Amino acid sequence: MAKLNQAIRMALHYAEENMGVRDIFGQDVGAPLGGVFTVTQGLKTTWNTPLDERGIISMAMGIAMTGERCVAEIQFCDYIFNTIDLLKIAGNTNWVSNGNYTLPMVVMTPVGAGIRGSVYHSHSFDSWASRLPGWKVVMPSNSLDAYGLMLSAVADPNPVLYLKPKALMRVRSDELIPGEPEDQRELGNMIDQPVTDARHTWKPKWPKLEDYRVPIGEAKVTRAGEQITVVSWGRHVLLCNKLADTLKAEGHSVEVIDLRSIYPYDWQAIKRSVKKTRRVLFVNEDTEVTNFAEHLAYRVTQELFYEIDAPPRVLAGKNLPGIGLHPHLEDNSVPQAHEIESAVREILAEVP
Amino acid sequence: MALSSVSVKSKMAKKKTRKTLPLSKDLLLHMHSLMLKSRVLEERLIKIYKAGEAFFWIGAPGEEAFGVPLGLLVHKGQGPEYDYLHLHYRGTPTLVAMGMPMVDSIRLIMNRATDPSTGGRNFSNHYCYPQWNVTPVSSPIEVQYGLALGTAQVQKRFPKGRGLSIVTGGDAGTAEGDFASCLVWASRPKRELPILITVQNNRWGISTDFESQHGETHIADRGKAFNIRTSVIDGNDAIETYMALESEMAYIRKTRKPVLLEARVSRLYGHSSATGANLIPEEDCLKRFQKTLLEHDLLTEKEIKALWAEYEEEGRAAQEQVRAEPAPTAESVWENIYVNSENGDWRKF
Ligand SMILES: Cc1ncc(C[n+]2csc(CCOP(=O)(O)OP(=O)(O)O)c2C)c(N)n1
Repeated sequence: MAKLNQAIRMALHYAEENMGVRDIFGQDVGAPLGGVFTVTQGLKTTWNTPLDERGIISMAMGIAMTGERCVAEIQFCDYIFNTIDLLKIAGNTNWVSNGNYTLPMVVMTPVGAGIRGSVYHSHSFDSWASRLPGWKVVMPSNSLDAYGLMLSAVADPNPVLYLKPKALMRVRSDELIPGEPEDQRELGNMIDQPVTDARHTWKPKWPKLEDYRVPIGEAKVTRAGEQITVVSWGRHVLLCNKLADTLKAEGHSVEVIDLRSIYPYDWQAIKRSVKKTRRVLFVNEDTEVTNFAEHLAYRVTQELFYEIDAPPRVLAGKNLPGIGLHPHLEDNSVPQAHEIESAVREILAEVP
Repeated sequence: MALSSVSVKSKMAKKKTRKTLPLSKDLLLHMHSLMLKSRVLEERLIKIYKAGEAFFWIGAPGEEAFGVPLGLLVHKGQGPEYDYLHLHYRGTPTLVAMGMPMVDSIRLIMNRATDPSTGGRNFSNHYCYPQWNVTPVSSPIEVQYGLALGTAQVQKRFPKGRGLSIVTGGDAGTAEGDFASCLVWASRPKRELPILITVQNNRWGISTDFESQHGETHIADRGKAFNIRTSVIDGNDAIETYMALESEMAYIRKTRKPVLLEARVSRLYGHSSATGANLIPEEDCLKRFQKTLLEHDLLTEKEIKALWAEYEEEGRAAQEQVRAEPAPTAESVWENIYVNSENGDWRKF
């Protein structure tokens, strides 16, 4: 029942206790704040960095070069762009050195709109990240996956980019993380830093957490259905699930796939589903031109052309330079529930 | 202009061995009025946020003693003949001093279509006034330090130019490479640039304290390695700040060389609404200035109250007006992607 931010916090706790993580760092990641979304509160190995994103990524790369495991944070993905050449280098280090140097590091960063974050707290990075070969890229949509993907990310010998949908940070999961107490209030009392901790004397009481991994590269069917496949990741999975439930009452059968890993991605899961439903919609909020879903739609066209009844479609963020603050602007920039619904209805209505 | 000399000065003032103040009465009262106006405006912006009429607040309460003198000393106009301003998200006092009406700031925080800076697109304090060379404030920390190099490059070659480029930012942000770029590029031998590089040091990032991140004693010391003229001033002292800025800006106008000036300031309402936007017990530059003016019989408590009430009423009326102004339309997202709103939507190609 943990909130997404609590789930990541517990995973990081598990990782520093059991998986050799000795540095969890970034801007305002250490005490007293424990991260702008409180993801790193109460952890043992956190520290605050200078306000310097390039320094953060290069620090992580250097630590990883020694073989140690670390988790670095970029406070908002909106501020990761000046590190892109370092991300390229991190992605090509194993390849350029022909296997001589590996970089087992995790970079986590909040992504996406949905909190009225204006131009610089609303960017997405999933499609950008898909153009960084050598990186694995994951994005959970619920707490249990957030926990399991973080442990897999830490264990992975490659650089892993862990995208946190910021609009879901305080959303609870209906599944328990192994070892998590059932009572959500009890969990909060144990691991949430009290707002009144002015003297910084608070210490968390961690539950006895267990190892639980979501394999990188494995999608999950979150709603089973027969008539159309909707593939999404991050916060839009929740909108797609809800839509599937609504349409079910009308007699439509919508299958929803939470991709969870953007790279490597679970082609077999997509293929299996689309062969069955013969229709597919991809939904995400990064900008639409050269959107990662266009690659998936292309592949559907190439490999399943004679097995589908409608053109594969991508519903993504509009091709705009930013996301404006006023709700009229934000809501006309990233996919909204009603737009997903219209797209699904239109695809269902297509006659081959 | 060292900090120590200032505290000695203010102690002497207390003992009624009142020295005459080094600025004219008119100027002092004008500065006070603008500082008060800026404070009342920022407190209104916070109220607007807390009442749920804005999504976010960030601003400059506590930085008026720095921002107002800066705004007053700007050579204001459009084009390289005049000063360029590359501000960060704490520019209200400077813009109030330059003549921005309160209502504009409220339009910005309430995301109205009438917001002259961003048309309802961006956060509070992200100002933009091309008619005064106020370039758009952008959220990514420190980029403005690089941009100032470009405007200064053009100003330097402007015939008989006296214009300079002014850049502001916080202490934590100086860790970004852009700050180093600014020092390196502004100080190239025989190619120095007319830039006033300022740092408003409030000793905090968001929650990260200065002490844990800075090996240098003063941020301004970094300029010394590049032979840039530097100073560290008490930015909570409006008079000291005015005089320092006046002489440093005169030096740049004349020599066409850079200055790095660090001002110690307070952060009166925390970082932003993200950290609560509540009053924090730090030195208040406005109260300090008022005390000096009262001690010198330049102002009375009654006058302060009356002025406060006047600005409070201006802010209240402005908010009411803005409430009734139109919101940006959904379709307006496609406007101004390209110059003159040339189409940027591929659906219409
Ligand atoms: C490149 C970048 N990284 C991170 C942030 C998030 N952020 C916003 S304000 C801030 C702290 C800035 O501190 P400082 O430079 O001292 O200025 P102050 O806000 O204290 O005036 C941070 C980390 C950002 N806006 N831009």
